[in-house]
Amino acid sequence: MADTVVAREIPSVYEPSLFGTYSKKIGMWLFLMSDSLTFGALLYAYSYGRISTAGWPTPFHSESIVNATVMTAFLLTSSLTMVMAVRASVERNAKAQTLWLLATIACGAGFVILHGMEWSKLIAEGLTLPMFPAVPGHEVSAEFSSVAKSVPQFPSTFFTLTGMHMLHVTLGIVYLGVVALRRKFIPILLALWLIAWLATPSYSPFHYGVHVLLVAAIVISIILWLKPKVYDSSDVEVAGLYWHFVDLVWMFIFPLVYLMSARIL
Amino acid sequence: MVSHDSHAHAAPQGFIRKYIFSLDHKVIGLQYFFLALVAVFAGIFLSLLMRIHLVWPTASLPFFGEIKPETYLSLLTMHGTIMVFFVLTTAPQGGFGNYFLPIQLGAPDMAFPVLNMLSFWTTFLGFLVLVAAFFVTGGAPLHGWTGYAPLSALPSAGPGEGLGADLWIISIAIFCIGALMGALNFITTTLDMRAKGMTLMRMPLTCWAWFVTAILGLLAFGVLLSAGILLLMDRNLGTSFFVPLVTVNGVLTGHKGGSPLLWQHLFWFFGHPEVYIAILPAMGLCSQLLSVFSRKPIFGYRAMVYAILAIGFLGFMVWGHHMFMSGMSPYTAFAFSIMTMGIGVPSAIKTFNWLGTLWGGKIRFSSPMLFAIGFVSLFVVGGISGPFLAQPVLDIYLHETYFVIAHFHLIMGVASIFGIFAATYYWFPKMFGRMMNEPLAKTHFWLTFVGAYAIFMPMHYYGMAGGLRRYSQGTEVGWIHKLAPIQQFITFAAFITIASQFIFVFNLFWSMKKGEKAADNPWEATTLEWTTATPPPHDNFGGITPVVHNGPYEYSVPGAPRDFVMQTDAPVAARH
Repeated sequence: MADTVVAREIPSVYEPSLFGTYSKKIGMWLFLMSDSLTFGALLYAYSYGRISTAGWPTPFHSESIVNATVMTAFLLTSSLTMVMAVRASVERNAKAQTLWLLATIACGAGFVILHGMEWSKLIAEGLTLPMFPAVPGHEVSAEFSSVAKSVPQFPSTFFTLTGMHMLHVTLGIVYLGVVALRRKFIPILLALWLIAWLATPSYSPFHYGVHVLLVAAIVISIILWLKPKVYDSSDVEVAGLYWHFVDLVWMFIFPLVYLMSARIL
Repeated sequence: MVSHDSHAHAAPQGFIRKYIFSLDHKVIGLQYFFLALVAVFAGIFLSLLMRIHLVWPTASLPFFGEIKPETYLSLLTMHGTIMVFFVLTTAPQGGFGNYFLPIQLGAPDMAFPVLNMLSFWTTFLGFLVLVAAFFVTGGAPLHGWTGYAPLSALPSAGPGEGLGADLWIISIAIFCIGALMGALNFITTTLDMRAKGMTLMRMPLTCWAWFVTAILGLLAFGVLLSAGILLLMDRNLGTSFFVPLVTVNGVLTGHKGGSPLLWQHLFWFFGHPEVYIAILPAMGLCSQLLSVFSRKPIFGYRAMVYAILAIGFLGFMVWGHHMFMSGMSPYTAFAFSIMTMGIGVPSAIKTFNWLGTLWGGKIRFSSPMLFAIGFVSLFVVGGISGPFLAQPVLDIYLHETYFVIAHFHLIMGVASIFGIFAATYYWFPKMFGRMMNEPLAKTHFWLTFVGAYAIFMPMHYYGMAGGLRRYSQGTEVGWIHKLAPIQQFITFAAFITIASQFIFVFNLFWSMKKGEKAADNPWEATTLEWTTATPPPHDNFGGITPVVHNGPYEYSVPGAPRDFVMQTDAPVAARH
């Protein structure tokens, strides 16, 4: 990478670092190791539930599978645009870098919105958690509500795994937004929070979930106040590591949670 | 872009940026240290209430009244949680590690100063949330520091299991996030910020211990975070990860299909490495001090490094030995048992190397050295009961008794605390520029050392005789009642030991103001923190970066002008 070339030109007062790379990149790899253990524990809980429960249901019709496939396409495309953003940053093309980052954000947002609609539909049709309020004026599907009653592990693991992943994608969008637009992203984030909060009905879990955006805005404001700085190509590369990791996690969740629970007639 | 040069930050201006939201690892280290000091007295106070209740179950205490059995369980839970998370994890790693890891490596600060500050304030928030559990309706949770489901997963299961238990879980989750940020920072700093010449095999063993501890933290806390999230969902969203079909007071809870064993696996996958997170920094420090105060190189430096790594690695393989009681397959239990006994090998290597370091040394019995030797003693005595408990056959009898309490308090509790004391007496001159009072320190050592044995040795016998843990009182049960004199003895020993801790606190604060002024290198030690001013300047070395030529333990080198060679001195021929 370009970074190491520059590093060799200035004599360092330190011992050579691991793989000759820079701290932020090591830090991100370490975070990803720890985060993969976090997801690993959730996947372990999923496998544990699935193996120990007799008659694990396979309720997902082609509608859900097609939707999830489109979501997967969004996410995979976002990885491509992320690679383009990293390349633009290495070439010091600031404008292209911002545009590719925004394209990545758009794909990620598409994923989250499709996923959110999918969740809302499943909850309305009865594939829901006991504490989620009933959706008024919506026909409950007998099949889904019997799954939720007979194997509560199914909706539990589904909403936990995909919810945790959705949270990671959302935080990834915020992360990329800050790298792309820096301080200007905070008002956009606050506007997004307000719109999402007002647009979701009070019985929807997203009505409360969107407060993640508010918390993120506060934390980012604190960090930018403590350490105002200009982001460079290394920040884009490190953000890219995170983004690709979140994609990779989806490559485990999609087959395990969706494809292995598809109804095949 | 050169990462190394981007770490430096300007000295902070103004009180808030200098002392409250400081980015300086030294200030953050002290913040962690004082947080742990507050937490340890909270934890001691809870244990005091428990000890009083065990001996005088019907006594009415001022402000508290009579302690009810459920209150006893709350005390037990909060004592364990505060001590494990906010003392044993916070002080040795967050406190001394933060302060001295960068200095011993020759770095101006941690790799990520902002992250470092956030990790302290996250931990602090976690402590506030935990303490808040005392003051909500129903009080603090009853489920012990291990939070076993289904008790911990059912708000209707007991008086403290409502909001109090939610706060407990949230506090643990917050703590996990803070600990993860800290661990990431420690590892990156060690890998990326070592001064020229500070190769991995020239690092002081303290740095090795902090490094491996951080790796354990990085891999363990993420799993506990997940477990905590699942538990919160079971409690508040009605999922059934950990709850099978179960009734509370004859009423169905609405849960079904979950497994309490899943919680135990997830918890102990974190919980066992946590034991080493508490003890490894003390091991590293003890190695350092035995060498400094014996005026000898550490015996078998490389063996020590590999032993630390082996303990860290094996620490992830043995979580099942906490679950022998759960009805696991004997074959699984056998595997966990063998692995557990395997940890005895690197532990024994460390112990023999410590003894080898002392052998033939010109030992200086200063207070840090006394605590380091005390650590070795407690580590051996506490550790020797480990192989007993590692055998499923014995463990099934001993697991629910005080034998286990005695075992883990000696090795994980008191031994680690001795490491913290040793660190405080050793580094106080560097941190505050003054010496601690030596006669007071020695009085504190002897009272605490004898006191710790007086408390925990009888507990082994009490446990072997059948004294059951977690019982708030034994007066109703014949054979336990006959053992009451042992409990009385333990309680009186605890009174004296706890009282003697005030000598330490007095010494700490008195010496900050009135102690004798300390020289830059009062212990004649070799590592980098003793080459800089006292207390160290904002960037640790006053604008220069030290260049390291020697290993960390060059004592009594033949032909050298002094009996120690600093790491920055002209190189001596390698002897290892």
